[in-house]
Amino acid sequence: MTALRFENLTLGYDRHPAIHHLTTRVEEGAMTAIVGPNGAGKSTLLKGIVGELRPITGRIEGVAERIAYLPQISEIDRSFPVDVESVVAMGLWREVGAFGRIGAAARARVADAIAAVGLEGLERRPIGALSGGQMQRVLFCRLMLQNAPLILLDEPFAAVDRRTMDDLLALLAQWNREGRTILAVLHSFDEVRRHFPTTMLIARELIAHGDTASVLSTENLSRARAIGEAFDEAAPVCRRAA
Amino acid sequence: MDLLFAPFTDFGFMRRALVGCIAISFGAAPIGVFLMLRRMSLTGDAMAHAILPGAAIGYLFAGLSLSAMTIGGLVAGMTVALAAGFVTRSTILREDASLAAFYLISLALGVTIVSTHGSNVDLMDVLFGTVLALNDDALILLCAIATVSLFVMAALFRPLVMECLDPSFLRTVSRMSATAHFAFLGLAVLNLVAGFHALGTLMAVGMMVLPGATARFWAKGVGLMMAVAVAVAAVASAAGLLLSFHFGLPSGPAIVLALGAAYTVSVVFGKEGSVVARHRLRSRHLEA
Repeated sequence: MTALRFENLTLGYDRHPAIHHLTTRVEEGAMTAIVGPNGAGKSTLLKGIVGELRPITGRIEGVAERIAYLPQISEIDRSFPVDVESVVAMGLWREVGAFGRIGAAARARVADAIAAVGLEGLERRPIGALSGGQMQRVLFCRLMLQNAPLILLDEPFAAVDRRTMDDLLALLAQWNREGRTILAVLHSFDEVRRHFPTTMLIARELIAHGDTASVLSTENLSRARAIGEAFDEAAPVCRRAA
Repeated sequence: MDLLFAPFTDFGFMRRALVGCIAISFGAAPIGVFLMLRRMSLTGDAMAHAILPGAAIGYLFAGLSLSAMTIGGLVAGMTVALAAGFVTRSTILREDASLAAFYLISLALGVTIVSTHGSNVDLMDVLFGTVLALNDDALILLCAIATVSLFVMAALFRPLVMECLDPSFLRTVSRMSATAHFAFLGLAVLNLVAGFHALGTLMAVGMMVLPGATARFWAKGVGLMMAVAVAVAAVASAAGLLLSFHFGLPSGPAIVLALGAAYTVSVVFGKEGSVVARHRLRSRHLEA
């Protein structure tokens, strides 16, 4: 089964493509890393999948009704007077909505999720008092409660220490074992090789997608690097066919 | 004791003023908490000024008519809030700039209309309010607005909090983001219109912003903060009215000054994050 199918997809800003003519598909239950140089269109691709950005041309098919998405820079207001438990419980929105009661069963799930990310005892801590790693655990915890079949993560380990990263990677692996499809933008090839069976290498266009070991070949990586990251103001209209 | 209660027991206009102000407290103060949390306190100020020309136009066409001025104020306020919201959501401009642009346009338009009609109507009432002359219709309007606004806030509480805390998350899980945003702006305008009947367009926003800012220093959670804000607004209203009665001060500014006193005390001595609280915490740090 295919979880996502990209058909000649072009996404960008002000007519400049961040990624163009992408045609590939992601299998259901895949654990895929998205890698590529800065400006390759990785974050843009995730924004396209969640629907934050509309395609300039082409299509994304098979997008699950429920997606759990962790953006690169969370817009979360850390000075807002709210505790860890409340932020985590936001993950239940799809089930409880604006008016639904958060019953005993839901509360137990929140408690389990908080324990699973290793934040027991911090339920009542205001989010302004958390460290960067703890905050990332909170966001993972919220993702977990969203109980989505498709999980998108944009550089989830950019600002966390080794131990936090290992804990969070273990969680990702567990979610994947539960049958969820995981797409994560990552920069460290070490982690990608060790934990992600499939990889999508992009650099404004698809370089390679498949088995991690063969995608991360020297040849593919140097091709990815060769594609400049800056927009060319005088770029001609792209005439490439699908 | 007599100084505190006699004005209200002896004079009907003082009782009416107090009831009106308490109604405004219940509607406007919780809105003020959200304005403060969303860093929109100045936005409230801008919207209050946007209401003035609408109310003035109503005044021009129908004289000192409660409904004409209310409708005029609502239309002007909503137009500015919606237009600013639209520009924020569909262009590069941020909310503060787009709102400032629209309220300036609205203000200039109002002043132009008033001056070209060459009317000598006294707009002092609109500017500074008539809290000591609230009639039955005005009181019913204030109470109705407070009731509607409490119900809507209760219904939209979760999306409103999420829209403040993490707007992009709310957008990925729900379509309620825009609803919550515009409903909130609508409530703010509604309460500012209620406020201007009593305190005038210049002072109305004081009943919104000052209780919210004061409550931040006394409560940890949003719910409690709203309760504190309502209490602060109601008590300061009574205090302001008494000051105005005993010392012959203009009542609208007296109420806002009472709120200002509560705010100043809270900035210094408040329980959460005030000057004193922060200083005390700094000098005695914990083991871990």
